[in-house]
Amino acid sequence: MTPILTATDLSLVYPNGNGGLQALDRVTFSAQRNEFLCVIGASGSGKTTLLRLLGGLLNPTEGEVQFEGERMIGPRRRIGFVFQAANLMPWRSALENVKLPLELQGTNSGANSRRAAELLKLVGLVDFENTLPRDLSGGMAQRVAIARALVHEPDLLLLDEPFGSLDALTRERMIFELLRIWQMRKVTILMVTHSIWEAVLMADRVLVLSQRPGSIRLDLEMPLSRPRSLDMMHTPEFGKLVDQVRSAIE
Amino acid sequence: MTALLPLVAIGVALLFWEGVARWSEIPLFILPPPSAIGERLARSIADGSLQRHTLVTLSEVLAGLALGAVSASLLGYGLAKSSTLEHALSPYIVASQSIPIVAIAPLLVIWFGPGRLSKVLISALIVFFPVLINTIVGVRTVPTELYDVMRSLRATKAQIFRKLEVPAATPVLLGGLKIGATLSVIGAVVGEFVGSDQGLGFLINVGNGLYDTPLVFVAVITLVAMALVLYGLVAMLERKVLAWRIVEVG
Repeated sequence: MTPILTATDLSLVYPNGNGGLQALDRVTFSAQRNEFLCVIGASGSGKTTLLRLLGGLLNPTEGEVQFEGERMIGPRRRIGFVFQAANLMPWRSALENVKLPLELQGTNSGANSRRAAELLKLVGLVDFENTLPRDLSGGMAQRVAIARALVHEPDLLLLDEPFGSLDALTRERMIFELLRIWQMRKVTILMVTHSIWEAVLMADRVLVLSQRPGSIRLDLEMPLSRPRSLDMMHTPEFGKLVDQVRSAIE
Repeated sequence: MTALLPLVAIGVALLFWEGVARWSEIPLFILPPPSAIGERLARSIADGSLQRHTLVTLSEVLAGLALGAVSASLLGYGLAKSSTLEHALSPYIVASQSIPIVAIAPLLVIWFGPGRLSKVLISALIVFFPVLINTIVGVRTVPTELYDVMRSLRATKAQIFRKLEVPAATPVLLGGLKIGATLSVIGAVVGEFVGSDQGLGFLINVGNGLYDTPLVFVAVITLVAMALVLYGLVAMLERKVLAWRIVEVG
């Protein structure tokens, strides 16, 4: 089967006057359909840059991204994006925020509302349709953002440290929420994180980025069974995977 | 109870004024008591002159406010989006602000005649700058993260304008409009002072010339009321449009 996403020799240099700052150096990998990938690396390793390249928000200095066999130039509708912050439109209710991608595609409004309501249900926010972002907690806002990214049924979901700003308990809940959604929706997920245990717990495969300029240091399968649970974290197998990832980062 | 306090304060002040004006030797044309002003107000309403002059000034104010606000927000948007345009025009815009409006009002009356047009233009000029600055600030402070969201969803330029920039810039824009609303009244009256045969500014000039000081007070009070009503209308609009920003207490 052809991979849904392929990055080939991706390099990115930010211009800064004296030769430029190289953020990424020939990153090459591919993601299979319905795979759950985590990208991990120390801060400044270019994780976010990589995600922006994969999502078409940035263009590479060299190399190319192929999505569903086509070279990517600019963002695609078939790709959903979840950012570090929820980035909701503060003047729109939760439901209206989830509706936004459908509205931009110019589809029928009544159907949009039903579809958005379904998605809010999927992320467990049935009673919050008319709530404004200012009245949502951080975890709830991030769930709205995930619903928004999924509402137009993308084939690929890119997440940039989506749980980074959440407290530990909410974070644990969101991890399993996302795993549940991923299993129900059958969507390919590529998630950037800086938490090793989070990556090992969630992913089919973990990619480790080296220090700047970022390049793939390790591409490791996580042979843990599904569904994943918190108990797995206490198994020797889990510990070994965490060690392998950690030593690749350091 | 506290809502009544301002009324109590003005009541006490009016009584004091009435007492001073009545039992001192100050002539009527220097300090008329509130009762004399009230009488003059009733007289000018009865003969219809106050309504006529108020309507003239009000029409100038509304036209000036509309013209100033629309042209300033259009140019402001252009300046906010194009640094070339901003570099080319901003020195002149700033310089134009150092010219007092009373200094160019006579010029405008010479060029555009003593009719309403010159007053509308003076009013528009004085409204222009606060609205322009607030539009630029409003558009510039739209969070880049929200632009990323729109771009990742492949929003067109028109969609970004309608669904992001307009609602995001509205709070600051309305702030400018609130200042503009009170300034527009000043602009129209300044124009009427310079040369006109109708309007509340003209009425003040007449009262002044005839030593009909109660009439001057009547015109001034009407102007204050007009400015307050305009300000109140914008504030009401603000509350309606910006419900998402107002945090309910309790």
